[in-house]
Amino acid sequence: MIESPVLERVLHEALARGGDMAEIFAEDRQSQGAALDDRRIEELSSGRERGAGIRVVVGETTGFAHTADLSEAGLLAAAEAAAAVAREGGSGVRTVVLGARSAVGPTATEMPESVTKATKLELLGRADDAARSTGDAISQVQVGYGDSRRRVLIANSDGLLAEDDLVRTRFSVVCIATGDTGMQTGYESLARTEGFEVFERVDVDEIARVAAGRALSKLSARPAPSGELPVVLAGGSGGILFHEACGHGLEADHIVKDTSVYVGQIGQMVASPLVTLVDDGTVGGEWGAFRVDDEGRPAARNVLIENGVLTDYMWDWLRARKEGRLSSGNGRRQSYQHLPMVRMTNTFVLAGESDPDEIVAQTPKGVYVAKLGGGQVNTTTGDFVFGTTEAYLIENGHITEPLRDANLIGNGPEVLRRIDAVATDFATTPGTCGKDGQSVPVGCGQPTLRISGVTVGGTAA
Amino acid sequence: MSELPDLARTIVERAEGSEAVEAYLARGHDTEIRVFDGEVESLSSATSAGVGIRVILPGESGEGNRLGFAWAGSLDADVVDATLAEARDNARYATPDPDVVLAEPDGRAAVEVDLWDETLEKLATQEKVAMALELERAVRGADPHIRQVSSADYGDGSVEVALASTTGITAFTRRTSAFLSVSAIAGEGADSQTGGGFSVGRGPGSLDPDVAAHDAVLRAVRMLGATKAKSGRCTVVFDPRVVSTLLSVISSAMSGEAVVKGRSFFAGRLGESIAVPSVTLVDDPTDPRAYGAATYDAEGLACRRNALIEAGVLQGFLYDTVSARRGGTTSTGSAVRGGYAGTPGAGCRALVLEPGHLDQDAVLASVGEGLFVQSVTGVHSGVNAVSGDFSVGAEGLMIRDGKLAEPVREVTVASTLQRMLQSILHIGSDLQWLPGIAAGQTLAIADMQLSGD
Repeated sequence: MIESPVLERVLHEALARGGDMAEIFAEDRQSQGAALDDRRIEELSSGRERGAGIRVVVGETTGFAHTADLSEAGLLAAAEAAAAVAREGGSGVRTVVLGARSAVGPTATEMPESVTKATKLELLGRADDAARSTGDAISQVQVGYGDSRRRVLIANSDGLLAEDDLVRTRFSVVCIATGDTGMQTGYESLARTEGFEVFERVDVDEIARVAAGRALSKLSARPAPSGELPVVLAGGSGGILFHEACGHGLEADHIVKDTSVYVGQIGQMVASPLVTLVDDGTVGGEWGAFRVDDEGRPAARNVLIENGVLTDYMWDWLRARKEGRLSSGNGRRQSYQHLPMVRMTNTFVLAGESDPDEIVAQTPKGVYVAKLGGGQVNTTTGDFVFGTTEAYLIENGHITEPLRDANLIGNGPEVLRRIDAVATDFATTPGTCGKDGQSVPVGCGQPTLRISGVTVGGTAA
Repeated sequence: MSELPDLARTIVERAEGSEAVEAYLARGHDTEIRVFDGEVESLSSATSAGVGIRVILPGESGEGNRLGFAWAGSLDADVVDATLAEARDNARYATPDPDVVLAEPDGRAAVEVDLWDETLEKLATQEKVAMALELERAVRGADPHIRQVSSADYGDGSVEVALASTTGITAFTRRTSAFLSVSAIAGEGADSQTGGGFSVGRGPGSLDPDVAAHDAVLRAVRMLGATKAKSGRCTVVFDPRVVSTLLSVISSAMSGEAVVKGRSFFAGRLGESIAVPSVTLVDDPTDPRAYGAATYDAEGLACRRNALIEAGVLQGFLYDTVSARRGGTTSTGSAVRGGYAGTPGAGCRALVLEPGHLDQDAVLASVGEGLFVQSVTGVHSGVNAVSGDFSVGAEGLMIRDGKLAEPVREVTVASTLQRMLQSILHIGSDLQWLPGIAAGQTLAIADMQLSGD
C-alpha cells in the first residue's frame, strides 16, 4: 500500500514536535453486498474505502487524524494534524527505522473477486426457495450476502511494521411467519473469516430452513415467563452471555479508568469453578480472527478466567503501556477513521464434562434458550441484558412449549457464580460488537450450560 | 459555494442511453475531543468524503427496471469513474421490477430549514477543549457521591450533501452539529451507579454544559442503593429520553417499505384506532427545532409534515419513491439513507408526539403507584417491530404516593407495542427536542409486566 521510506518520513514528521509514539494505520477495503427481499434481487452493491489514520501519543494525550489521500503529501498533512496535540519543546528529532516486510496472504482460498456476481446471487435464490418450502406460513424472506477484503498496514515509530489481509464472508436469512397470532421472525446467519470456499462446506438451504423454523415455531409460542428461573443455554446459542456478563468488564480501558466491576479482582474467584474463559484471536476462520490486531500485535490466545479464577484482562497498546506490559493483541478499530481501543476477538467458554441432555433432564422447571439475539452491559454496575430469539419452557426435565422473544437480565459477577453445569458440546457463533460508536466482528463460543437463576423478562406472571 | 453540486451533475451527465443515474455526494468535517481527569485523552479531527451512485437500467418490452449501486470513500475522479462503472455492472444482475425508478420532481416546494451555524467554523480547538474540561469539572464538583467521570466529550461536525439525477432532481444541503456528553459514576461504599447527560445543538452556542452535567449527576446519584424489585404488573412512567427511543422503534412499523413487504403490524389498519385517543403523532422535518430537521429527503424531494396517528387513528405511512409505487401511492418525501454508502429507504426524521397538559411531577402524582424508568437497555435485542413483542432491561425509581421513591435496577419491563399504544394513561407536557429521529416527553403506560425477583 505504502512504501517503507514514505512511512518512515511520515512517522518522523508526526513526532517532529515531540511525542512518545506515532503510528500509521492504512487500510484498503473492498466489499460487495447483495440483498434478496420480497422474492427479488433488490440490490447488488459494491464499496471501496481506502485511507489512513495517524495517531500521535504524547503523555496521556492522543492526537488523531485520518485521510483518504494515501500520497506522501496527504499522509504528511494528516501527520501534522495529529501532531497538533504535541506540546512545543518535545524531543524534536527522532529517526524512525521500520522492520522488514513479511508478506502475508489473504485468509481465503477462493477470493471474492474470483467468483462471478451471478454465482454469489444464485445462493440467495436458493435460500429463498428453501425458506419458503418449509411451510405456507412463511410470508416473507430476506436473504443477505456480503464479502469483504480488508488489507491493513500498521507502522509505528518503535519500528513495528505489520500487515494483514482479511477476507470475510457472511450470509444471513430473516424469515417472517404469519399466523392467527400475528407475525413472528426467525434469523440465522453464517459469518466467517474465509472466502467463498466456505460454501463448499456450508449449505445455505440449511441456514434458510433454520431461520424459517424459528419463525414458524414462535407462531404457536406462549409469552415468556416473568421472574427468576433456572435457564439452560444451548451450546452455540450465542455465547453473548459471557461477552456481556464479563467480557466487556475485562477490557483494560474500563479497568484503568476504574469503571468496571472487575477492577482489583485478579486472582479471585469471579465465577463458578466450572468456568474457563478465553479470548482467542488466533482461531482460523472464526469471525473475530486476524493475524495481527489493528495496532500490529500478533493475535493471541488469552486466558481470562481459569476454573473460576480471574487471571487477566484484555489490553491494547495504550492501556498496556500504562501498566508497563505488552498488549494482549486486543487493539482493534472499525476502520482507518477510528482510534483503536480494547476489544474482544473470539470469546469462548471452554467445554465442561456434563452431558447436555442430562442438564435439561435435571432441570425441573426453567427456560431453555436455543438461540440468543444481542445484548448490552453496563460495565460499571455489571448489569447486563441478553435477548432470546428461540426459547422453550423446561417442564419436569423436558423441553416443552416454544416461548415468544424476551430479554433476560442479570448481574455479571452474580450470574457467573450461578453457573452450575457446563456440558461437552462446544460450538461458536458470529456476532457484531458495538462499543463507543465502533462496530467490529467478534466470535462467541460456549457449550450447553445452566444458570441456576436469572431474571426472565417475559409477560407471563 | 461548494463544488459538490457541479460534481454531482457531471456524474449524472455520463448516463448512457436510456439508463437513469443518481449521484449522492457528501463531504464532512468532524472534531471529537475526549477529556479525562483534567487532561485531553484524545483529540480527533478529520475530513471525509464519498460518493454513492445508483444506476437503473430500463427493461425491454416492459419487463421492469434493474437497479445497481456502488459507493466509495473518495471523490477523486478515477474513483468516481470506477464507482459509476461498478454500479452499472451491478444493475445487470438485479431482478427486473417496474416499480424500481428514481424520484422525479413532484412540484412540492421545499421548506428551507437553516441548519448551518456559522460560528462553528471560527471556534478554536482550544475553546472546544475548554468546554469539555469545564463539563468534566462541573460533574466532579456537583455532588460528593461522584467518584469518577468515565468520559467527558465535546464533538462537532459539518456536512454538505449534493444530489443529482437524470430524472431532474438537484438538491444541495449542509448542516452543522455540536454536542457535549458525559458519563458519571456515583459511589457509596461498594455500590456504584452510572448516569449520562448530554447537550446537542447546531453549534457551540446552543450547548449547555450545566444541563449535561446536572442530568448525569442526578441520574447516577439517585440510583445509589438500587435493588431488584418484586415481579408484578404495574404502571410504568417512562422518562422523555426513553420515550424518544420507543417512538423510534414504533416508527419502523410505519415505514411504507415495511408495510408493502408485509413486515408491519400496522399494515391494513389505516383508519383504525390503534392507540388511545390522546395520541397524535407526526413526522415533521420542516420544524427547525427537531434534531432531524431537513429541507430535502434522501432522494432530493422536499421534506414535509406527515401525520401518522391522529386522535389514536392510524392516518398514514411514510414512503420513499420505490415503496410508494409498490404501495400504489406517491412518495411522502420520507427517503432516508445512512450516508453515501447506503441506498435510500423510507423512514422518520422528526417524530413528535403531541404533548399533553401534565408535567412530569403531575404525571407521577396522577399515577400514584408504579415504576419510573430513567433508562432502558437491550432495545435491539428485546423489541421486535415485526411481532410487536417488547421486553427491555430497565433502571429507575419506584413511584409511591405519587412521588419518586427507592431506586430499582436489574429488572425488565415487558408488553407488546400494540398493547402499549392502547394503554397510554398520560402524555406529558414536557416535550424535549432530543438527538435522533424523535422528540420525547414523559409517558405513562398502564399494566406492564415488571420482572425482578
